[in-house]
Amino acid sequence: MIGTTRQAAAPARAAERARLALGRYRLVRHALGAAAALVALYALTSAVSPYRDLQIAQAAYLTCAVAGLTVLTGLGGQISLGHGAFMAVGAYTTALLLNHRSWPLAAVLAAAVVVTAAAGTAVGAVAARLHGPYLAGATLAFAVGLPGLANYEPLLDLLGGQNGLSVTPPVPPAALGETFPVERWQAWIACLGAVLTLFLLANLVRGRFGRTLRATRDDEIAAALHGVRVARVRIIATVVSAACAGLAGGLLAVATTLAAPGAFPLALSLQLIAAIIIGGLGSLAGAVWGALVLVFVPAWASDLAQSADLSHNIASNLPLALYGLVLIVVTLVFPRGIQGGLRAARTALARRRSPRDDAAHEEAAPHDTAARDTAVHGGDS
Amino acid sequence: MSEESLATDPADPDLLRLRDVTVRFGGLVALDAVSLSVPPGRVTGVIGPNGAGKTTLFNVVCGFVRPQAGELRWRGRVLSRHRPHDLARLGIARTLQGVGLFPGLTVLENVMVGADRHARAGFLADLLALPRADRDERALRERALARLESLGVAEVADRLPGELSYGVCKRVALARALVGDPDLLLLDEPAAGLSAGEIAELAELIRGLRDDLAVVLVEHHMDLVMDVCDRVLVLDFGKVIAHGTPAEVRDDPAVVAAYLGEEVRDADAEAGGTRQSASEVPGA
Repeated sequence: MIGTTRQAAAPARAAERARLALGRYRLVRHALGAAAALVALYALTSAVSPYRDLQIAQAAYLTCAVAGLTVLTGLGGQISLGHGAFMAVGAYTTALLLNHRSWPLAAVLAAAVVVTAAAGTAVGAVAARLHGPYLAGATLAFAVGLPGLANYEPLLDLLGGQNGLSVTPPVPPAALGETFPVERWQAWIACLGAVLTLFLLANLVRGRFGRTLRATRDDEIAAALHGVRVARVRIIATVVSAACAGLAGGLLAVATTLAAPGAFPLALSLQLIAAIIIGGLGSLAGAVWGALVLVFVPAWASDLAQSADLSHNIASNLPLALYGLVLIVVTLVFPRGIQGGLRAARTALARRRSPRDDAAHEEAAPHDTAARDTAVHGGDS
Repeated sequence: MSEESLATDPADPDLLRLRDVTVRFGGLVALDAVSLSVPPGRVTGVIGPNGAGKTTLFNVVCGFVRPQAGELRWRGRVLSRHRPHDLARLGIARTLQGVGLFPGLTVLENVMVGADRHARAGFLADLLALPRADRDERALRERALARLESLGVAEVADRLPGELSYGVCKRVALARALVGDPDLLLLDEPAAGLSAGEIAELAELIRGLRDDLAVVLVEHHMDLVMDVCDRVLVLDFGKVIAHGTPAEVRDDPAVVAAYLGEEVRDADAEAGGTRQSASEVPGA
C-alpha cells in the first residue's frame, strides 16, 4: 500500500545509474553546480550595464547573509533578528583592514569572516539557551545596539562616527584591460563570495550536520536522547550563520566602498528574515530567490513609479507600497516560499506525466536519489 | 547485530543497577529508595498505577532528573553526572511516550540520527564534503536501512512521519532507538495506541531483542508485560511493592490490593482463555 511501484524502462534506469555514479560524491555534485553558476554569472555580468552589475553585486552579498540565516532559522529553528549587526561587524572589519593594512582582499574578507564568527560564538552561546520570543529579543537588542558603537565617543576616530569609513574601490587586475568597469569587478568578487558560500553551506546541509541540525529543530529531547549535543549543534549553526553574514558585510563594504551605521539599520535584519520566508524557509535556492526579491523588487517598483509620471509625493512612496504588495502576494500564493512553490509545481508536473509515481515530498528535507533508489522496494508491506 | 559485546564487569553481572534511588519534587516523593537490577539479555518490566514513578525512574536513568539519594551504576560504574546526550555513547537507548519522531525528517533520516553514534565524519569533513564524509554517510544510511528492513518498514524510508500510520511510526521509532546498537533499551509505553494485532507483533519483537540487549519496559498494557517480561518491578507511590517473575507478581497480594484489582483474579480463573478483559489497567 505504501511502496512505490517503479516500473521505469531499462534505459531510464541506466541513465539514473550513470547520474548516481557521477553524483556519488557531494563534492563533485556541488562543485559542478558551483562551476555552472560561475559561468552563468560571468556571462550575465559581462552582458549588462555597470549599474546592473552593482545590483548583481548587491544581490550576491545579500545571498550570503540570507543563505546563512536560512540555515540557522529554517533548519535550526533558531530565529535571529541580529544578522544585520553581524553584517556590520564584517563590513567594519573589512574597512579597517583595507584602510590600515595592505593585505590582499581575499585575506581581508577571510579575516572579516573569522572576526564575525567569533562574534557569532558569543551570541550563539547565549542563543543556544533561549527560545522563541526571548531569542528574538536578545538578537534584536544586538541588532539595535551594535551599529550604535560607531557613534560611541572613544571609538569615533576609529570607526568614523555617523559617516562611517570609506573604502577605496578594488582595482581590477590589469590583465582585464584598461576599460574594464570596476562595477563588474565588484560584482565578480561578490558573486564569487556568494557561490563559495552556497557551495560550503550545501555541503553542510546535505550531510550529517544538516540532519542533526534539523533534528534539534524538530525535537530537542529526542535529538539529545540519540546522542546529539543540542547546545553545541546550535552554537555551531549560529557561528556558521554569522560567518556568512560577516562575509556579506565585507562584500557590502567592497561593493559600496563604505561601511557606515546607516547601512545596517534594524530594517536590514528584518529584510533578511523576510527574504528567507519569501524564498522558502530552510532552502538555499530559496535564499537566492529571497536576495533577488530584496534587490530587484524595490528597484523595479521605483522604476515603475518614475516612469508613471506621478506627483513627487506619490512617486517617492509608491515603491515601498509596491514592495509590500509583492511580499504579501508572494506569501499568500506561495506559503512555503518561492522555492516551495516551484517544488510543488514540479511535483505536480511529474505526477501528471507519470500518475503512478508517488512523489509527495514537499518538505525541505533533501532526499538523496541514492537513498531513494535503495530504499524503494515496491510492493505492499 | 551489536558489534560491541555485552561485556560487563565480571564482579557485577547486572548491566544497570539502581540502589536506593530517591527523587523528591518539592514535598512529593516520586521515588522512594527504589532499587532495580537489569541483567543483560532479559526483559524487565516496570509497572504501577499512574503517578507511581515509572517515568521518573526512566528520567533518572536518562539523566533528566538527578536523584537526591541513591546510586546508579552502569556496567559497574557509577553514573552521577551523565547528561541525556551521553546515553547513546554509553549504549543506552530510550523510546519516548507517543512517537517522538522528527516530523521534518524522512524516516531514513530519522533513523540515521539514531545511528549518529556510529558517525565519524566531523564538521570540517562535512563542510568541505570530503569523500570520507560521503563514505561515512553511506555507511550510516546502509546501517539505517538494514535496521528499517529488519523491522519490516524499509519501504517507507523516504516518507515523512506525518504520512504514516501510528503503528508504522512506532516501528520507525523503535528502529531509530535500535540502530545505535544499544546494550540497554528503555521502552516507554510502547503499546499505547496500538491495535491488538500490532501489540502481538510488538511482543514478538521484544522477545526477539533479548538475544542482543537488555530491555526495560514501562507499560500499562498488562498482557504485554506478563507476556514478554522476565522480571517485573511494581511501583506504587514511588515505592517498590513487589519484584519478581510475572507469575509471582500477579499473585502477590500487595500488588493485587494496590492495583490489579478483582478483574485479574477473574481472568486468572479462566486460565488458558484470553486475558483481554483484564488487559487495561484501571484508570489508565
